[in-house]
Amino acid sequence: MLSAALALTFLALVFGLLLGYSSIRFRVEGDPVADQIDAILPQTQCGQCGYPGCRPYAEAIASGEADINQCPPGGEQVIQALADLLGREPKPLDPDRGAEKPPMVAFIDESDCIGCTLCIKACPVDAILGAPKQMHTVIADECTGCELCVEPCPVDVISMVPVEEDISHWKWPLPKVANGDAP
Amino acid sequence: MRLWSFHGGIEVPGHKEISTTRPVEPAPLPKRLILPLSQHLGAPAEPLVAEGEEVLKGQMIASPAGFVSAPLHASSSGKVVAIGEHPVPHPSGLSAPCITIETDGEERWVEREQRDFRQLEPAEIRETVRQAGIVGLGGAGFPAFIKLNPGRTIKTLILNGAECEPYITSDDMLMRERPEQILRGLLIIRRAVQARRCIIAVEDNKPEAERSLRQALGSMKEDADDIEIVTIPARYPAGGEKQLIRVVTGQEVPSGGLPVQVGVVCHNVSTAVAVYRAVELGEPLISRYVTITGGAVAEPRNLEVLIGTPVEELLQLCGTDPGAVQEVIMGGPMMGISLASLGVPLVKTGNCLLAVGRGEIEHPEVMPCIRCGNCAEACPMSLLPQQMYWHARAKDFDRLREYDLFDCIECGCCAYVCPSNIPLVHYYRFAKSEIRARQEQKRKADIARERHELREQRLAREKAERAARHARKRPGPSDESKKAAIQAALERARAGKQGAAQDDV
Amino acid sequence: MFKKALSSPYIHNPPFSTRGMMFRVILALLPAAAAYAWLFGWGVVVNMLLATGVALLCEAIMLALRGRPLQPAITDGSAILTALLLAFALPPLAPWWLTTIGVAFAIVVAKHLYGGLGFNPFNPAIIGYVVLLVSFPRELTLWLLPAQLAEHTLDPAATLGYVFGATLPSGLTIDALTAATPLDAMKTQLGLGHTTSEIMANHPVFGLVGGKGWIWIDLLLLAGGVWLIYRRVINWHIPVATLGSLFAISSLFFVLDPQHSPSPLFHLFSGAAILGAFFIATDPVTAATSNLGRLWYGAGIGVLIYVIRSWGGFPDGVAFAVLLMNMAAPTIDHYTKPRVYGHDGSGDA
Repeated sequence: MLSAALALTFLALVFGLLLGYSSIRFRVEGDPVADQIDAILPQTQCGQCGYPGCRPYAEAIASGEADINQCPPGGEQVIQALADLLGREPKPLDPDRGAEKPPMVAFIDESDCIGCTLCIKACPVDAILGAPKQMHTVIADECTGCELCVEPCPVDVISMVPVEEDISHWKWPLPKVANGDAP
Repeated sequence: MRLWSFHGGIEVPGHKEISTTRPVEPAPLPKRLILPLSQHLGAPAEPLVAEGEEVLKGQMIASPAGFVSAPLHASSSGKVVAIGEHPVPHPSGLSAPCITIETDGEERWVEREQRDFRQLEPAEIRETVRQAGIVGLGGAGFPAFIKLNPGRTIKTLILNGAECEPYITSDDMLMRERPEQILRGLLIIRRAVQARRCIIAVEDNKPEAERSLRQALGSMKEDADDIEIVTIPARYPAGGEKQLIRVVTGQEVPSGGLPVQVGVVCHNVSTAVAVYRAVELGEPLISRYVTITGGAVAEPRNLEVLIGTPVEELLQLCGTDPGAVQEVIMGGPMMGISLASLGVPLVKTGNCLLAVGRGEIEHPEVMPCIRCGNCAEACPMSLLPQQMYWHARAKDFDRLREYDLFDCIECGCCAYVCPSNIPLVHYYRFAKSEIRARQEQKRKADIARERHELREQRLAREKAERAARHARKRPGPSDESKKAAIQAALERARAGKQGAAQDDV
Repeated sequence: MFKKALSSPYIHNPPFSTRGMMFRVILALLPAAAAYAWLFGWGVVVNMLLATGVALLCEAIMLALRGRPLQPAITDGSAILTALLLAFALPPLAPWWLTTIGVAFAIVVAKHLYGGLGFNPFNPAIIGYVVLLVSFPRELTLWLLPAQLAEHTLDPAATLGYVFGATLPSGLTIDALTAATPLDAMKTQLGLGHTTSEIMANHPVFGLVGGKGWIWIDLLLLAGGVWLIYRRVINWHIPVATLGSLFAISSLFFVLDPQHSPSPLFHLFSGAAILGAFFIATDPVTAATSNLGRLWYGAGIGVLIYVIRSWGGFPDGVAFAVLLMNMAAPTIDHYTKPRVYGHDGSGDA
């Protein structure tokens, strides 16, 4: 009786020490899962997922708080990649969060811009140039198409325009095969 | 000389004799020349002229943008009438920026400087070639000067006269008719790359070309040592750079690397002629030999064509019946581009126009892959096309890279021999462009992430500063005054709009 | 503007189409099928016709259920080939339901439930055969005697009567018509402690090398197989490796213990060895794809045939050997990737 209790206590002690030691010895800085998820997310920082940016959403997925299907800009591709990473089943995009759209960029009709800087403040990636009382302009290359600048504009001169397809961005489509030999 | 062989490859009916019966003549000057700013690999050229400007023949009208880029020259004298989007030869059928010149028929040249290449340093030759807008005329259009700048010891310089694709005979005719210019170009390139040994490789189905080259070599008074003309067995794609290097030297270009890494430089015979004309005659690349052939062409032949000539005119010149055309391919049937419109111009890399007659080419029914492995046997890169096909279908891009997708040269052998007629190359092109697009997407996402993080840091810093100021009780612009300023601006704008509206009425 | 393909190459010229491949294999099978019918009677013909009919029907139904067009799948010849190969493996007097179950399972489950032609990891004919073998072992061992040994033969009407009505002409029992196959007889007799030479001498089914009469079927199969290699429909690697390894391993045991090990030639010319090596193992969908891989794949089949025949529970092992190697094919493919141009030999698999 006593020996059994002693043995158990001893084992508990040993494993406790082992666990304690490994938590220090093999400690991981930050959260690598959140980093990996963040690397997959499209970084539009649009907040459509319900979190204030891609990083917070990545952390929410990592902690199990958010699902993997809340990112409309990433669409199917991101859901698939997240499912692969986390070993989960892919699921369709949550329709409450929005729909997958072709890539867009913001465009400011500069003739009517009043230079209020509200859009500059809204832009999560500092892709709008301008100073108070001077017209603003979007750096199209840096714009992620998050649409966050559209709402704040008091004069409604910001619109989202689809990214034009040109030869350098053209992609070969998946071959269409007539007899239904589709994947 | 010992020759090696490459894995796979196919025997394809050549159909070359139909376009070699007539001598090459210059095509008449077209009314309009359409010159795409991107006729090469790399960044598109940047226009140097404005609409309405008069240009001379051979005048540079667009300059290279970056290292891997090439300038563009007016193919004839005339007036720039448009700078803008125009359909170009591209599988997408999309338009791209072009400079359109209305020719004046006077063919007034810019000043040309004639030089003896022996007086030139290798660096001067390279710069001349660069300024002449010369790109690899055999295939992909890689700026030629880069391949004149090896930076390593070159053991072998190969001039590629294999021309292994069916139907195309432009290099064949060039070798028959201008062997001296080819040899002259070879000497210039040899000087630029300081090569020891030179080989001109010709497929054994072009005996006239070989004879004419040998004759020209025999009558060369000097410098003829170390130049060898080699016939190689006709087997598609023996003219592919990697395959040709293997056949001639037995060496393999490392995956993802360049021929210079194995001490080889390879140029097309047409490129050699362009180099000769640029260096010794001072003429930039403004014309080339083009094969116009196919079942819908009444008089198949080769023409010397100004770059930028509309394809439609060239087909008409050779008696093409528009009603009999099934499709028009720029390049050969194995690697060419099926044109979406005939208004596109002939570009620097356009060695052939193949006007396919109705029923001449069938697009047979696609059946399921039965993994027969014929494709793997035909692949000149020893890839496993059927495995790549399954992974491309499944969009499993990581596995595709394991199967060395990017070593695929898109020669089309696999699809040619596929008993199920699966468009295999199309699958690889799809996968490659998708992988590249995703890499680009990733790059942009990384930039966005970085900018977002910088902004967050900046906002945090500003907040801290504001808090510090607040603690020191320095009055700043209050929220109310800001709101008032915005309100005032809004009203100004509204007033302005109303004013504009009233003006309209 | 034009009817055109988006991507080059725009010309195709395979030596033959997928359909052409299937029909060439069928053609190569026909002489042996005729010999089989000649030796074992009308039942063989009935089996083959019935199997073909059932296969095409199942193919059509499955295509319809899967929402795929009938063409080109129904005429690609693959279902007919599956049916013929399965009928080849069935006893000459098989009741109709046996053939139907086997073929239906092959087409419905082994082929279409996996996605149809090209997607099946296992050879459908073999799956159909194995399902029958484990479900109805008795029916599959009721083999007829070759015509030259048999006292009774059945005319076409009597054959149909047995196949569809399970009735025989009066005075005949099925036991009077049937006998063990050579492999079966060999296995049983070896199990009873007889030596191979005794067995070969005392039993009427044995001829010079294998079963009497059977040798002709095997020789015609061999001829058909060689013709397929000559016409480049199949590669030599799989048949040569299969038969080569079977020959090698049986020679080894024959040399060690000739009294209890059948001769290498007996192994080659018995059961389904030739049929399997040339017509079943070479099914490209389920085999290894590189030439080196094909050699390993074939060698594996040969060894497994010997192992199953000698120490397994069934007289023949070709079906199980092929199935097991089907399973191994993707792994073999993975480890026999050819060296890609411009890569060093160390491989970056």
